[in-house]
Parts: sequence; structure tokens; C-alpha cells
Amino acid sequence: MPAGRIHSIESFGTTDGPGVRMVVFFQGCLLRCAYCHNPDTWSCKAGRETHPADVLERFLRNRNYYAHGGITASGGEPLLQLDFLCDLFELAHKEGIHTCLDTSGAPFCTLEAGRYERLAGVLDLVLLDIKHTSPHEYSSLTGAELAPTLAFARWLELHNIPMVIRHVVVPGITNSEEELCGVSRIAKRFSNTQAVELLGYHALGEKKYKKLGMSYRLAGVPPLRDKELAWARAIVKDELQK
Amino acid sequence: MRKEWWGFSAGSWENEIDVRAFIQANYHPYTGDAAFLTGPTANTQALWDEATSLFEQESQAGGVLDMDTRIVSTITSHEPAYLDRAKEKIVGFQTDKPLKRSLQPYGGIRMAERAAHDNGYKLDSDIVEFFTTHRKTHNQGVFDVYTPEMRRCRSSHIITGLPDAYGRGRIIGDYRRVALYGVDRLIEDKEKQKENTPGVMYGHVTRLREELSEQIRALGELKEMAAGYGFDISRPASTLQEAIQWLYFGYLAAVKEQNGAAMSLGRTSTFLDIYAERDLANGIITEQDAQELVDHFIMKLRMVKFARTPEYNMLFSGDPTWVTESIAGMGIDGRALVTKMSFRYLQTLRNLGTAPEPNFTVLWSPLLPQNFKEFCAQISIETSSIQYENDDIMRAAHGDDYAIACCVSSMKVGKEMQFFGARANLAKCLLYAINGGVDEVSGKQIGPKFRAVLGDVLNYDDVRGKFSDMMRWLAGVYVNMLNIMHYMHDKYSYERLQMALHDKNVTRWFATGIAGLSVVADSLSAIKYARVSCIRNEAGIVTDYIIDGEYPAYGNDDDRVDTLAREVVSEFMGYIKQNHTYRNSIPTTSILTITSNVVYGKNTGATPDGRAAGEPFAPGANPMHKRDKCGAIASLASVSKLPFNEAKDGISNTFSIVPSALGKEDGLIVAFECGCSE
Repeated sequence: MPAGRIHSIESFGTTDGPGVRMVVFFQGCLLRCAYCHNPDTWSCKAGRETHPADVLERFLRNRNYYAHGGITASGGEPLLQLDFLCDLFELAHKEGIHTCLDTSGAPFCTLEAGRYERLAGVLDLVLLDIKHTSPHEYSSLTGAELAPTLAFARWLELHNIPMVIRHVVVPGITNSEEELCGVSRIAKRFSNTQAVELLGYHALGEKKYKKLGMSYRLAGVPPLRDKELAWARAIVKDELQK
Repeated sequence: MRKEWWGFSAGSWENEIDVRAFIQANYHPYTGDAAFLTGPTANTQALWDEATSLFEQESQAGGVLDMDTRIVSTITSHEPAYLDRAKEKIVGFQTDKPLKRSLQPYGGIRMAERAAHDNGYKLDSDIVEFFTTHRKTHNQGVFDVYTPEMRRCRSSHIITGLPDAYGRGRIIGDYRRVALYGVDRLIEDKEKQKENTPGVMYGHVTRLREELSEQIRALGELKEMAAGYGFDISRPASTLQEAIQWLYFGYLAAVKEQNGAAMSLGRTSTFLDIYAERDLANGIITEQDAQELVDHFIMKLRMVKFARTPEYNMLFSGDPTWVTESIAGMGIDGRALVTKMSFRYLQTLRNLGTAPEPNFTVLWSPLLPQNFKEFCAQISIETSSIQYENDDIMRAAHGDDYAIACCVSSMKVGKEMQFFGARANLAKCLLYAINGGVDEVSGKQIGPKFRAVLGDVLNYDDVRGKFSDMMRWLAGVYVNMLNIMHYMHDKYSYERLQMALHDKNVTRWFATGIAGLSVVADSLSAIKYARVSCIRNEAGIVTDYIIDGEYPAYGNDDDRVDTLAREVVSEFMGYIKQNHTYRNSIPTTSILTITSNVVYGKNTGATPDGRAAGEPFAPGANPMHKRDKCGAIASLASVSKLPFNEAKDGISNTFSIVPSALGKEDGLIVAFECGCSE
């Protein structure tokens, strides 16, 4: 089984999927999201080579801690290392471990869907980050296209894989009523949607940019306040129930 | 059956002093949720406002509201005192005024004098004269015997936190016995114990008979103190209110007599629940009444104070009394020891607000009822005031009626006690190994003149071997210092009331401690896996280190270094066990410097792991700050590899996390049923 490149492992992940989870941060991402708080995972060359069996061994020896959790692949973009991801989740499934994929769906291409068949068999839940519902805004926020994300959602629906739609609420960029309703509408379009999860923007990543000598595009944008997040949630909820 | 015991299930507990048997025969496990709980009564709120105002006055006065400088505290030394007599359901204070700190010179008159002086008071000169000239204290006894080497180890901080100038604490009286049996029955039992001592007056028999006499005298005084408050506790308690009051009187007598480093309460909630259930079933009280009694009891525990020096408080980061109360845990018959009273105790954190004392410690097992676990989690989120400890491990060692003294020291209530014994600074010990027994801070020869490390680069096998030699030496000095200390404490500051609430044949734990474990593990790892060069001062003493390369750090679930930590604990414990221990006590150790790690670090030079001179150690068995890079579970996994069997006195891991990092808060996720779309 070939090794993959991972950035790091968080042994106590509580916010990326159900229960207490081991979160494996894959190295490498092609998106350049303005609010990304892990710019150190962008480069596909960095990180360290890791074998799927080693990741699994780390999980298994502390399995007692993960009673209601599992393994989440995050990043970076796990789909960029599809074989490694499939290997890891296959091993996990053999042990009865719940698997979750945190992705933007951006690398997905319907024409190549055949490559993803193996993944479909070992995937329990996907956290799909929508980023922006307008193709134009999506591009300026991430430097990539929205279409593959929606195509991936459709593919997940076809394979009946549960999905949580994620959306980062950034003041002035993704917090308009129109945008929030748009997120809800996308969520409703797919029968495999379990929930919509709104994540308030925070500026904690800014320090990393400085350290890496990179400029931070959202400098000066204030973190989303709890009140604003509650408001956004209400909008999403209303639209979902329409 | 005695009339106070009506309605209780009979059992062996009637004929012999056996609180556990009483609990097992009578308690009602509760698996329901927290919905039955009630808030504070108007009475409770008014009373707590008065207490809060006193706390504010105390802090405005610089930390001490008042201090006794004339009356030596004994069980009966002070007249009854009240906060607000009309409102208090549970009464009793240490002195004649709430929050007034008592004068307890038996541990050491110098410490008592300093505590007074540093807080702006002056002890009565007759008292000072008496305890300097006519009555020896524990402290003087110890220093009469310490060898020069022991004094050097003490002043160089390689052995630190010794209770040689104040009360050792860490003894838990079984205060429940006062409520269940009444004092007369306890005295009767002690008289019988005294009758049954061997006939030949060896030293230990003589001591036992003298101690039993002291215990009996203390129990008499306990009755007298309670009578001052208008209660006859010679008989068993007959209601919940009496049971709490009797039990509290037992505890109060203990804190009037002993200013111990930790004065823990025990494991009282499920015991008291039996009285609550009886009273509730018979319409004597309502749930609201039961909660009010508990709130008032806990309020009293929050008002326990001791006269201490600012230095002492700095060592422990606050003004701690360690009124630890152990809650829940599983019974060995498989039933959870969770009752409604377990909930009521924790509910006080809502009714009275959050507080560090009493130190509520939940004895955790995955087998505890789900509702209780959820309630604990909720209270933790709201108050950050619960300590959790692993019941599954401790139950195997102590059964199901043990309690925690201080922060992690487990002991069977009324059957086991501990000789508390400070810590050996193993990080400094490693530096002594490198420098041939010379202290890296003072430059003085403290340890034996073993061969120091030669050359510029540290060699693992060389340093590790020297470290073993130095640990063996340190263990010897350390155990013998503790032997002296506990001999003198028994002689000059015997815990007669607390020991009166113990069996005759007590198992004694000889508790040693380790500080700086993660510094040692990482240092050895750095020497083994990276390249560590020495920087020497003009005298040739290594005072700093340069690390080239990376090394696996303890706290990342990496066996390469976790094994080093485990081996050090086992090895040091092996050296401890090679020594004679006072009163046939059983040696054990702890890795639990929860707050004093800062002070220990301050007195220790730079270490080969890259820690700068004076930088704090990690608390307890924690990995060093910011070196655990794989998240909490990997960090905990490293800690959990340490051998509990060698460190039965406890391994602590201080774990802070913001609530939002523990998972999504309710409602952050908007869920909807699949298929409801379109």
C-alpha cells in the first residue's frame, strides 16, 4: 500500500464529524480560499509520507477514546490523494470504524467518476464545504470553479452517501441573506443532505500567513460574532423549512 | 435495632463499625436525570449573599479577614459561631467568627508566627514563648534530627514541598461514622480496641495505647463541641439534617485541630442519600429541603480557612484547603454508587455558583449511568469545577469505598491513611547526574561526588547510567527524611480526631512524589535521539545545553520516549522500595505536582530538553507545554502508559480546553430530515 502525504494528525477532533475523532490532515490543496486557516497544508510537496496502516494503528491503540467517533480525513484536500484516502478508509471499514470526509469536492470530475467507485464503498459521511453559491464569487474566493462541488454532491446522492453541507460565514463575503438562502436551497436539492452546518469566520489563521511570509487577503475582516451566527442560522433554518 | 436506625436494612454494620456495609445494604442507585433538582431557596440565597460579602471583605483585607493570635485551636477552644443563626440549617465554624483563621502551632511555631506576621498580625508573646521553650513542635523535632546532607537537599530544592514545618494532611477521617453510630458507640469501640492491645509494652504497643487514649479524648471533645451548638451527638443521627450536621461536626473538629496540607472530606454523598431517601419517603422533608441542607453544608465547606504564609499560597497557586469530596464510582457488585445526592452535591455549583472548594471529584467509569455522565458534562461546561478520576483503576486497588485525599491520593475511608511526602525533583537529579552532584544553580556540592559527565556532547548510555546512580542516592535521602518527618508528626502533632475515625489496624501508605517527569523524559529523549552539547560556566559546571536535530517528545503517543518516562518511574520506585519505611508503611509514589510545578521549575537550571533555567515544569505527569503536537488523545495516551501500579498515589494530568473545542454547541448545526426537501 503506497504512502500518502499528511500534514498532521489531531488525535482529539470534536468538531469534524460525530463523536470524538482522529482527524487526519492531508497535505496539498488546489483551492486558495481567502479565509483558509491552514495555508500550511496547500503545498503538495510538504508534509510527511505516512502509510495508511500506521495511521490506523495509531487509531486502534487508543480506540477506547473514540467510542462514538471515527476517522475524519480533512486537509488540505483529501480527494487529491484518492488512492491513499481509499486505502485508509478501507482499512478503517475493515475494523468497523466510522469514516468521514471533509472536502470541498473541487477535484471531482464527473467524467472520471469511475475512479471514485472504491471510495463510495467505504465512505460513511461527507462534510461538503460549499464556500459560495455564486460561481463568480466562488472563483474570486477560492480561485477555482463551483461546478465540481455540485457534481460531487450529485455523485454522493447517487451513491446514497449522507452529506452535511458546510458553509463558512464571513462578514461581507458570505453572510448576506441571499447567500444563506442559496446555501439552503443547494442543501435541499440533494436527498442525501443530513444537515447544514454554519461555521463562523475567525481570524486565527492570520498568524500562520505572517509566519509563512504570505499576505492575508482578509486582513481587517472582523471575526463573526455569535449573534450574527445565530441570525445566519435562523435564515438558513427558515429557508430549509420553506 | 436502635431507634435512630428505623427503616434501615439490618446487617453486620449494626454490630461492627462498618459504614460501607451500611451503604451497600441501604442505598438506592439512581439512574434518572437531573430534572428533580431544585434551585436555591430564598434562605440559601440570603445566607450565601452574607457569605459572599464576607469573602469580599476578606479579599479587600488582603486575603485574610481575621486571625486568632492568642487562643490555640483545639476541638473545644472556641465558643459556637454563626453566620446568620436564623437562616443556617447547618452550623459550626473553626473559631469564634466566620473566616477567622485559627492558631495551630503544633506543626511548627515558626510557621504559625510567620503566617501571622506576613498577614499583618502578631502572635501573643506568651504563646510563642510556650511553644519555643516548653512545648516542642513537629518542626523543631524534625530539624533536631535532619542530617547535614538532608538539610542541603532541602535548601537546594532537589527535595521540595516537605511538610516538615506544618501539618502533613492527606488523612481522611471517616466522618460518616459520627452520623451513623453516634460518638458514644465510637468511644466504646475504641475502649475495646485499647483493651485488646498486646500485654508486653514494646515501643509500638505503648505508642498504640497512647494514641488510642488520645483518640478517645478527642471523641469526648467532639461531643462537647457539638453540645455547645446544642446538639447531642453521643447518639446516632436520626434525620438527614442531623446526619449532615453530625458528619460536619466530625470534619469541623478535624480542621480545628489540624492545619493539614490537604483536609479532605471523603465520600459522603451516597451515604447521606440514604437519610434523604428515608426522610423524603416519610414526608419529613421535601426535595427543596434536602437541597437546602446540602447547599448550607457545602457553604460551610467553602468557608474552611487556614492561617498560611504567602509563600505557601504561592506554592499552591491560591489558598487551597483541598476539601476533596469523592462522588459516584461503581460498586464492586456492579451497581453504580450514584444517588440523587450525587446530583445534589454537584447542583450546589449552580445554586451557590462555581468554586474551587470543596474539590468535587467524580470517580469516573464508563459504566456510570448515562444521565449522570451527561449531568457531569453539563456542570463541567457551566462551571469548570469538577475533577475526574479513573474509578476503574482505583477500584481494583481500593475496592468501592475509597476516597481521594488532596487531588489524587486514593485510600479506603477509615481503613487506610497516608504519610504525605512531598516530591523528589527528578529533573534536578538528572542535572546532578551530569554535574557529579553539584547543584547547577548554587554551584555547591549537594549530592555525592560521583563522576561528572566529561566532554562536550552528552552520551545517552553514560548519562542514563549516572542518572540511575543519582536516583538511587536521592531515593535513600528522601525516604529517610520522610521517616523522620512522620515520626515527629505522630509525636508532636498527632491527628487524634481523624485517627479516632479510623479502624485500629490502619494500612499506611508511604507516599513519595516525583516532580519534573516530562522534563526528564524529554531530556533523555533529546540525548538519545538528537545531539545535545553542554555549555559550561567558568567553574566547569554544565549550565546550559544546545540541541541539534529533533527528538520525539513525551505527549505524542510515541513509544520511543514514552517508554523512557515509564522506565524512570519504575526505576525510581524500585530505589524507594529498597529503603526502610516508617511504621511498616507501604511505599508508593505520585506524579501530581498540579501547581507547585512552577516553583520547582524556578529552582531548577536549564535541562537537556531545551527547557530554559527557571522555566516551569509541566504540571503532574503532563507533557511539557506545547510539545504535545498531536492533540489531547495522543497526549493522554502518553500519560496513560505510566505504570499506576508503581504510582498508586496518583498520576495527574491537567487538561484545559475551551468548551467550544469539546464539540458543537447545541443548535450550531441545522438538521432536517432527509427527504423533506422540495
